[in-house]
Amino acid sequence: MTHNIRQWIKTGEPWIWLNAGAVTVSVLMVIGLTLLIAVRGMEHFWPAPVEAFRYSVPGEKPVLFMGQRVDEEQVTAFRAGLAKRVDPNQLVSRHLYKTGNRDFLGIDFRWVNALDMENLEYPDEAMVVERREWGDFIGVLKAVKRGDTVIESGTNVWPLFQRVIDESTAIFDEIRHIEKDRIGGINYRIERLRLQERSLELDGVTGGPEFDALEAERQSLQREYDSYTRRLGELYEDLNTYSFVATLADGKEAEIPLSKVVRAYRPNAMSLVGKVQFYLAKIWEFVSEDPREANTEGGIFPAIFGTVLMVIIMSIIVTPFGVVAAVYLREYASQGPLTRLIRISVNNLAGVPSIVYGVFGLGFFVYFLGGSIDKLFFPESLPAPTFGTPGLMWASLTLAILTVPVVIVATEEGLSRVPRSIREGSLALGATKAETLWRTVLPMTSSAMITGLILAVARAAGEVAPLMLVGVVKLAPSLPLDGNFPFLHLERKFMHLGFHIYDVGFQSPNVEAARPLVYATSFLLVVIIITLNLTAIRIRNTLREKYRAAEQS
Amino acid sequence: MPQSKVETENEVDYAMIDSNEKNTVMENTGGHAIDMNSLINQEDKLILEDEEPCININDFNLYYADVQALKNINLSIPKQRVSAFIGPSGCGKSTLLRCFNRMNDLIDIVRTEGSITIHDQNIYDKNVNVAELRRRVGMVFQKPNPFPKSMYENVAYGLRIQGINDRKTLDEAVEKSLRGAALWDEVKDRLDENALGLSGGQAQRLVIARAIAIEPEILLLDEPCSALDPISTLKIEELIYELKEKYTIVIVTHNMQQAARVSDYTAYMYLGEMIEFKDTSTLFTNPQKKMTEDYITGRYG
Repeated sequence: MTHNIRQWIKTGEPWIWLNAGAVTVSVLMVIGLTLLIAVRGMEHFWPAPVEAFRYSVPGEKPVLFMGQRVDEEQVTAFRAGLAKRVDPNQLVSRHLYKTGNRDFLGIDFRWVNALDMENLEYPDEAMVVERREWGDFIGVLKAVKRGDTVIESGTNVWPLFQRVIDESTAIFDEIRHIEKDRIGGINYRIERLRLQERSLELDGVTGGPEFDALEAERQSLQREYDSYTRRLGELYEDLNTYSFVATLADGKEAEIPLSKVVRAYRPNAMSLVGKVQFYLAKIWEFVSEDPREANTEGGIFPAIFGTVLMVIIMSIIVTPFGVVAAVYLREYASQGPLTRLIRISVNNLAGVPSIVYGVFGLGFFVYFLGGSIDKLFFPESLPAPTFGTPGLMWASLTLAILTVPVVIVATEEGLSRVPRSIREGSLALGATKAETLWRTVLPMTSSAMITGLILAVARAAGEVAPLMLVGVVKLAPSLPLDGNFPFLHLERKFMHLGFHIYDVGFQSPNVEAARPLVYATSFLLVVIIITLNLTAIRIRNTLREKYRAAEQS
Repeated sequence: MPQSKVETENEVDYAMIDSNEKNTVMENTGGHAIDMNSLINQEDKLILEDEEPCININDFNLYYADVQALKNINLSIPKQRVSAFIGPSGCGKSTLLRCFNRMNDLIDIVRTEGSITIHDQNIYDKNVNVAELRRRVGMVFQKPNPFPKSMYENVAYGLRIQGINDRKTLDEAVEKSLRGAALWDEVKDRLDENALGLSGGQAQRLVIARAIAIEPEILLLDEPCSALDPISTLKIEELIYELKEKYTIVIVTHNMQQAARVSDYTAYMYLGEMIEFKDTSTLFTNPQKKMTEDYITGRYG
C-alpha cells in the first residue's frame, strides 16, 4: 500500500494536481471578484419597482410608505428591535427601502421590518423623479404648472410632463454649454489678458500701445461676456417657469420646479423593453456625464478621462526613460560593483510603498520643480501657483518614477535575450554599436519593452495613494483637455477612478446612495485596466511573433 | 629547396592517379583522411612566396585575461586566394580569424600584442576606425544569423548603414549580391518575406550576400558550413570557389576535406601556435611537420 503511494508520488501526479488546484483557485477568485463587483455595481442602474405599503408598528401611528427595495437581510429579532414581540433569537427579515424625498423626510433610506408591512402593492402611477438636488423624489404626479396656473392635470398629465422635462433639459443643456464652454472660454482668455498685462508690468511697461491693445481686447471680451449673461438670464427665466405638483406616500402635496428635474419614470408601468432602454441610458449616463450631488449621482466621465489621460502621459514619460536606462545599464556600462548596486537599487525602488513616492512627488516635483518653473516662466500669476501646485503633470511624473523600475527590468531582460550572433552580424557589416542598437537590437527588444509598459500601466492605473498628494481631487471644475489654447493643461488638477472610489465610498454624506456606485466605479476601473492591458498584450504578441525565431537562433 | 621537392613528389602522385580510375584514388591514398581528388584538380602550382600578401601578421599574441590564446603568430595571407585554417578545437583558429576584423574587441578581457597589417596599416593602431575596418573585412559566422527583417533589408543593411537609401542603387546592389551568393533565383520573388523563414543553407548564403553587398576586400568565413547539410555545404563551397576571383578569403574549418576542396593555402594551428602554412596540396600530401602529418592522417588524439 505504502509502496503504491510512494509510486504514485514518484509519478509526479500529486504535484500536477496541486498546481492545477492552485490555478483553479486563482481563476475562481478572479472571476468571483469581477462578478461580484459587476453584479453589485450594474444592478444599481436597473429601474427597480416602486412598492407602496402601510407600515404599522404596534403602539405607533401607521405610516404609508413608498419606495424601491434595494436590500434585504435576515437578522435576529433582538437586533431588529422586535425582542418584545417574538423570540429574540428567531430570525426575522427586514428590507432596506430607498424612499427618496430627502427634502421632505430628512432621510432617504430606511430599514423596515417585514413583520409590520401591510397591503403591499405596486401602483402603476408611482413615479421616480431624478433631481439635480436632494436626490430622488418618489410620489404620484398630480399636475404640471406654468407660473401659478395649472396647465394640465388628471390622466393626460404624464405625457405632457415628459415633454416639458425634455424642453427644460434642452434649456438646461444650453445653459451649461454657455456657462462652461462659452463663458469658461472667455474667463480663460480674460485671465490670460490679465497675466499678459501683469508680465508687461513686471517688465517695467506701464502704458503705451501694448496696454491699450490689451484693454481693447478685454473690453470686447467683456461685451461678449455681457451678451452671454443676458442670454443666460432669459434661459433661466424660461427654465424656472414650469413646475410640477405631486403627492408623497402619505398624501401630502409637494411642488417642485422643473429646473431641478433630470428625468422621471414610472418603473411599475414600464415594459421590459422600456426597462432595458432605461438601463442602457443610465449606464451611458454613468460613463459619459459629470457627477452630481457630491459624486453620488450622475456619471464619472471626468474620472475615466483623468485616469486614462494620466496613464497615457505616464507611459509617454516612463517608456523612453526606462528604455534608455536599461540600454545604458546593459549595453554600455561596464559590468561591475557599481552597476550591480544600481540594479539592486532599481529593483528595490519597485518595493517602496507608493505613498512615499507621493511625498517625494509633492516635495520635489510640486514644491521644488513646480515652484522654480513658476518663478522662471509664470512670474505674472504669482503668488497664485501655476505648476507649483499638484496637477496632472506631477501626478504622471510621480507615477512614472514609481513604475520606471518595471520598465528597466523588463527591457534589460529583453536586451539580454537578443543573441550575440545577431549583434556580431551587424557589427561585422561595419555598423557601429549605436547603429546596431538602433537598427537591430532595439526593434528586437520592443516586445519586452511593451511587456514592461503593460506592467507599468497596470500598476499606475490602480495606484491611488501617491495621487492624493500630487494632483487628484474630488471634483475637478474642468477637464485637463479642452478647447482653450494650449488644449492640454498639464498644470490642472484632475479626477481619478481610484480616488473616486475612495471618495464615494468613504467621504460621501449618503452612504447607502453611494455604495452601488463604489461597485460600479470599481468595475469600470477594472474594465479600463483590462482594456489597456489587452491592447498592449496584443501589440506585444504581434511583435514577439515577429522576432521569436531570431531569438532562438 | 623544399618547394621543388614537394613538386616532384606530387608529380609522381599525379601520374599514378592519372593512370587509374578516380574511385581507386581513395584506396591509393591510404593513410590520408582526405579526398585527394580535389588536390589533383589544381592546374597550376601555387607558390606562397610568389603571392602578393594581403594580411601580414607579425609577432602577434593574444590573451584572454591571463591565458595566452595565440602565441607569436607570423603569417602572410595572400591576396585573392582562399586560405584555410585547420586544427583541433580550441587551437585558436577562430580567435585568429576574428582578429582580422577586430571582432575580439567585443570581449572585454582580450588583450593583444604585435601587429596585423592590411595595406601597410596596422589595424590595431589607436586611430583605426573599427567600423570602417569591418566594412573592408566582411565576416560570415558559424551559424547563419540573418536579422529578423525582410531578405531585401538584410542584404541592404550594410549599405543603409553607409547612408545609402536610394531605392534604385539598393535594388541593384541587392540583386547583384544575391546573384553573387547564388541565391537570387531561389528568392527573387519573395524578397519582402522575413529572412527567418529561409532554410539553413539559404540563410547562410543570404548572410554571405549581405557580407558581399558592401564589397569588402577580404571575406572571413568562420566555419560557414558546420551547421549545414551536405548539399548546402556543397553550394557554399562552390560559391567560395567563385568568390575568390574578387575577394581574399580566409576560412576556418573543422573539416579537412573541405579545406582541401576549397582552399589554395592551408594553415595548421595547434594550441595557439601556427605550426605550418603552405599551399594546400603540399600541406596535405607532404607536410613538413610531424604534428601536421599526425593531424591530417587522423593519428592526432
